[in-house]
Amino acid sequence: MSYTVAACAAVGAVVLLDFAVLGTRLLGRRIFWTAYGIVLLFQLIVNGVLTGRGVVRYDAGAIIGVRFVHAPVEDLFFGFALVTATLVLWVWAGRRGVDRRGSEHRSSASGGGAQRSRKSTREDRGEGAGRTRRDP
Amino acid sequence: MIRLTYLAVLAGCLLLTLPLDRVLGLRVLARWRRLVLAVLPVAAVFGAWDGYAVARGQWWYDTGQTVGIALPHRIPLEEALFFLVVPTCSVIGFEAVRACTGWSCGDERATQRSRRSRK
Repeated sequence: MSYTVAACAAVGAVVLLDFAVLGTRLLGRRIFWTAYGIVLLFQLIVNGVLTGRGVVRYDAGAIIGVRFVHAPVEDLFFGFALVTATLVLWVWAGRRGVDRRGSEHRSSASGGGAQRSRKSTREDRGEGAGRTRRDP
Repeated sequence: MIRLTYLAVLAGCLLLTLPLDRVLGLRVLARWRRLVLAVLPVAAVFGAWDGYAVARGQWWYDTGQTVGIALPHRIPLEEALFFLVVPTCSVIGFEAVRACTGWSCGDERATQRSRRSRK
């Protein structure tokens, strides 16, 4: 399978992961596309350096030949799939309450559990700066 | 010095994003279980893809610009680190956008549901 085919397949797989498998539907949200736009900017710099300086070299037969800031256009799909898959899993794990220590969040019927949930909501929105003092 | 090219690029990514975790109070690194769940499976798949592509000769690395530590399938250490560093930086960037905009991404729903059921 050429890099071109693999890269397109990876993008398709990530879209399926987001919409069909995990149902996170992150690709439908502006927070994702804003974050991805920023990541893309840095990806172009990083990829541009790595391919422009020849740290990574490609077999001309494996790529379609279109290049963007030194890198084969396939790298954009590769990067999109890599970053999007990670963010989809991050959001999915957040929805499952992974960062709230196992079974604690499941006891939401008790007052303590609900309080913890409320605190987690604030943290999820990035407003938990006050608690960073307790971090190791 | 040129052997540090790839490593320097990765260090640059970390230098730019890691401070955000603390400055904006994102707690991405503090939520390491969730970060591991997000980063490791993807890194495993893309690492396997990388090994496949190198084995097929679709791309290869200039050993003069890497520190010289090779993993199986002639993958340089830096390439393995790339699959850990770049996704981690992306999560920090994502959380930074959330912190700055207040936009939701769908993981707030579970906690809101448990709040409703309490009333």
